[in-house]
Amino acid sequence: MQAIEFKVKWGMLVNLDKCTGCGACTVACRAENNLSPEVEAGNKLRTNDWMNIYELSNGEPFPHHEVAYLPRPCMQCGKPSCSTVCPVVATTKDEEGGIVSQVYPRCIGCRYCMAACPYHARYFNWFDPVWPEGMEKTLTPYVSARPRGVVEKCTFCHHRFMAAKERARMNDEDPTQLAEDAYIPACAEICPTGAITFGDLHNPDHEISKLVASPNAFRLLVKLGTDPQVYYYSEREWVRKLGDNYLKNDKGGENV
Amino acid sequence: MSSAYWPEGVERCSAGKFLVWLAAISVFLAWGGYAAFQIFSNGIGVTGLDNYFGFGLWITFDLAVIALGAGAFFSGFLRYIIRIDELKNVINLAVIVGFLCYSGAMLILVLDIGQPLRAWFGYWHPNVHSMLTEVIFCITCYCTVLIIEYVPLILENRKINQNKFCHHLAHNFHVYMPLFAGIGTFLSFFHQGSLGGMYGVLFGRPLVYREGFFIWPWTFFLFISSAIACGPAFTMLCGTLMEVITGRKLISYKTKALLAKISGLLLCFYIFFKILDTYAWAAGILPGMGLTFDEMFSSEHGYGKGLLWAELFWFGLLPAIMLVLPQVRKIPALMYLAAIMAAIGVTINRFVFTVQGLAIPVMPFDRWTTYYPNWAEWSTSLMIVAYGFLVMSLSYRYLPIFPQEVELNKQA
Ligand code: SF4
Ligand code: SF4
Repeated sequence: MQAIEFKVKWGMLVNLDKCTGCGACTVACRAENNLSPEVEAGNKLRTNDWMNIYELSNGEPFPHHEVAYLPRPCMQCGKPSCSTVCPVVATTKDEEGGIVSQVYPRCIGCRYCMAACPYHARYFNWFDPVWPEGMEKTLTPYVSARPRGVVEKCTFCHHRFMAAKERARMNDEDPTQLAEDAYIPACAEICPTGAITFGDLHNPDHEISKLVASPNAFRLLVKLGTDPQVYYYSEREWVRKLGDNYLKNDKGGENV
Repeated sequence: MSSAYWPEGVERCSAGKFLVWLAAISVFLAWGGYAAFQIFSNGIGVTGLDNYFGFGLWITFDLAVIALGAGAFFSGFLRYIIRIDELKNVINLAVIVGFLCYSGAMLILVLDIGQPLRAWFGYWHPNVHSMLTEVIFCITCYCTVLIIEYVPLILENRKINQNKFCHHLAHNFHVYMPLFAGIGTFLSFFHQGSLGGMYGVLFGRPLVYREGFFIWPWTFFLFISSAIACGPAFTMLCGTLMEVITGRKLISYKTKALLAKISGLLLCFYIFFKILDTYAWAAGILPGMGLTFDEMFSSEHGYGKGLLWAELFWFGLLPAIMLVLPQVRKIPALMYLAAIMAAIGVTINRFVFTVQGLAIPVMPFDRWTTYYPNWAEWSTSLMIVAYGFLVMSLSYRYLPIFPQEVELNKQA
């Protein structure tokens, strides 16, 4: 399938040299997007975290051992492997901004998209969500809760994007030319070290468009051809090298 | 007397014995039914599936029975379109086996999808770019064709056939059977292929991704050929199993050997291309993704290279060679063994594509994971097997499935 080119392309860059793995982004995401509290979180292959944090290691023994933390939202792939396979068009990449949608009332829960996504960015609702008494008052009104049996994933807080466009229209501004930080997802807003930068990759006024041009910026698994809209940044080569698979003495990934 | 309902001129066990047999089958139906109740009332969370293994035993089971059930459409194709007359002796059996495999797979899918009430969305909001859409189309249509092929068999029941209307209806169905065989062949070719295509297009999964011809990845053609190769052998095995259970001769050995020969030839064709495909994948696709052949396997997690060698050689090449050799087909035990091996081979293939493909870490910092199906998946799968035994038992008792039965048992 032909990838669509958008005028506005929302992108994220996570500076892995700044990220401390504190998990604030995960928590903010859960609260913002109405992820129900896990009843049983023992099996990590069952838990649901749209913004999941992976620990990276350079594999060296002490005293040369180093770690880094890599928060992994949905990459909003330019050429998503998930949306093309969905039999019922419940996940698409067709809206200006390039965010890959997820239509909960249409998803039949076949999980084919989960099998397709190499980033494990998709989560299935194994049971109905349960909010402890009183906690339902904290739900975000702009985000629908999901029933059991459907797949969900990070949407770059799409409801905030809609709200930002609405504000722009009310202020007589161009909703396709949002100012820097007029729209940012909850994770980018909360990150205490400022590791997450968010903006329009096509807008030269947005900081992110400059950051992604750095030789230290890289994306995950580009060799597969997914063309992610999420970038990472690290001055450490071993970190950048963990962004993709390399054969021995193999170059050719992004900035390695 | 119930014998009035039996096909003409055959012996069947006593009603008491038959009821005991049905009771044994019902135990599995009840156990699976309990699991299905749990799944529908609580969610798929009661299974062993997780976010890494969205596909597991159920999908493996579906793909395996659909491949093995390919005997129905392929025998129909050979019988009605290529006109190999000998196959009229097994065509009824092939239709019932096919019907059971497909309807069983659909029952499992109802459990497997998270929102079964939305299953029809595949027709309402179809994504024409998805191989799964084609699978939904073709499988549901083909299951209907199989029902149409099964109905005249039911109408052939001695009592039912006394009814004039049923008699004529059955006759008319038979007249149009070549047409349905043709439609069935067309639909089956496509969905067997699309099931393979479903995996071949997953460019995020190094184990299963394949290039191909036009929009069809090579797995599309490999799945078709492996299914038509194993289908006839599996039909033959089902007939033989029924002979063992009932203690009566049902199909002449000549017909069985013909099915085995057809399977053998097709299996040789399939395995040749499968080996080529495996080589091209290891030498071409994997390096392009920055991965090596060795990284695709981990015996520590239950997905060692042994599986691949077993699939290609012990349960692929070996049964293929055995089934094409007339000397082997002359020895019943060896012929049945080879057919069983071929069925195991195709099942391993579907398992590897479904489960191992998901177990491999694609992100370099991710880990290998292992999947264990739990009781809810096993019991529901066994329930479908029991459902197959149930329908087959009833069909055997009351419908004239085997045209050679009377003759063969007279001789005996
Ligand atoms: S990261 Fe996964 S879920 Fe997100 S767009 Fe890419 S393939 Fe789809
Ligand atoms: S689980 Fe839902 S979104 Fe994913 S492929 Fe199936 S129907 Fe589409």
